[in-house]
Amino acid sequence: MHEMSLCEGIRGIVEDQARRHGFSRVTRMRLEIGRFAGVEKAALSFAFDVVMRGSPAEGAALEMIDLPGRAMCFDCAEQVELDDRLSPCPLCGGGRLMPETGDEMRIRDMEVI
Amino acid sequence: MCGICGCGSTVTVDGREISHDEAHRLRLAHEHAQDQRHGHGHSHAANGHAHDHGSGDHHHHHHHDHAPGHGHHHDYGAGAAGLSVPGLTQQRLIEVETSLLARNDGLAAGNRRVLSALRAFAVNLVSSPGSGKTTLLCRTISMLEGQPLAVIEGDQQTENDADRIRATGARAVQVNTGKGCHLDAQMVGGAMDALRLEPASLLFIENVGNLVCPAAFDLGEDAKVAILSVTEGEDKPLKYPDMFTAARLAILNKIDLAPHCDADPEVYEANLRRVNPGIDILRLSARTGEGMQAWIDWLRAGLATKA
Repeated sequence: MHEMSLCEGIRGIVEDQARRHGFSRVTRMRLEIGRFAGVEKAALSFAFDVVMRGSPAEGAALEMIDLPGRAMCFDCAEQVELDDRLSPCPLCGGGRLMPETGDEMRIRDMEVI
Repeated sequence: MCGICGCGSTVTVDGREISHDEAHRLRLAHEHAQDQRHGHGHSHAANGHAHDHGSGDHHHHHHHDHAPGHGHHHDYGAGAAGLSVPGLTQQRLIEVETSLLARNDGLAAGNRRVLSALRAFAVNLVSSPGSGKTTLLCRTISMLEGQPLAVIEGDQQTENDADRIRATGARAVQVNTGKGCHLDAQMVGGAMDALRLEPASLLFIENVGNLVCPAAFDLGEDAKVAILSVTEGEDKPLKYPDMFTAARLAILNKIDLAPHCDADPEVYEANLRRVNPGIDILRLSARTGEGMQAWIDWLRAGLATKA
């Protein structure tokens, strides 16, 4: 979707953290991406390499950690984990599910020098 | 320069820069930007608001005050060689736990606060290109005669839509995103400052026609309204679930055309509820006016919640 904008967000956070913690280079970064976040990981990875050029995170290894997507089933009133946004409820087969988690997109941590 | 307290031109409200005049007009507590150095301890008896003055040696910087991640150092006690040598730079891990959208979300919170101070109700209109957003807006504006309102028009290029809105007599600001596929909170904040909304206004933000990216970007609005026309295909909510999940209301537009294109509004509604069981749905035709009154009532009810 807007992987380039997301990487600009990452760059802003990196530059902010570099000022705050006084590091010069990020060697590895771990992102947490929810299953329903709509992030195309290949596109994010490509945009990351491009957008980080000239920043402390240029050349950093990027790792993406999947977070599960959970939804409330309006038929059986249980919170269930879904592999796919449009899957039916694994408990009752119902089709009306409201996502409650899984839209996360965040930097978990960075290794820096 | 601010005509009220005589200092610099922009201040910070919840991390969002707005003009100083506007902050005073809305009586919002605000922080002055870091580079503005002037005497502390003066009072604003006439306005009675509280604000902190950042002096040059304070560490706060307006873009960072509200960042949710604070970052903790975890120096690896032992380096790669199993030694810890004081003064020698080592690799360390910084926990960040910050959303990639943190900056946008902070700016959106500032927009939301300005809207609350104005008791204004803002809707973020999202849809595919060609769903009839601008036609819907023009008809809505003509039915809301006497109601203070303003429009922010987002498109990649041209002033065409803002010109159509201005032809109705309403105030409109066009935001061209260039290559950008969505409006963000900073663009909307700038447009809000330019519009100088009247108290108890309705603010219509017409997002870039795109059912993907605008879902993720909070603008500070009270509600996202997804517009879907019956010519688009009943499975559109299933193809682009994120947008319809994020919306509070879906408008099924061009309902007068349904019999001509074998569209079944019931199937549209079932698919909308499949991706968002709590969504409100209105069927209408912006062209014929059918169903428009329920939309006007929905807007007025929203505005009443801000009073």
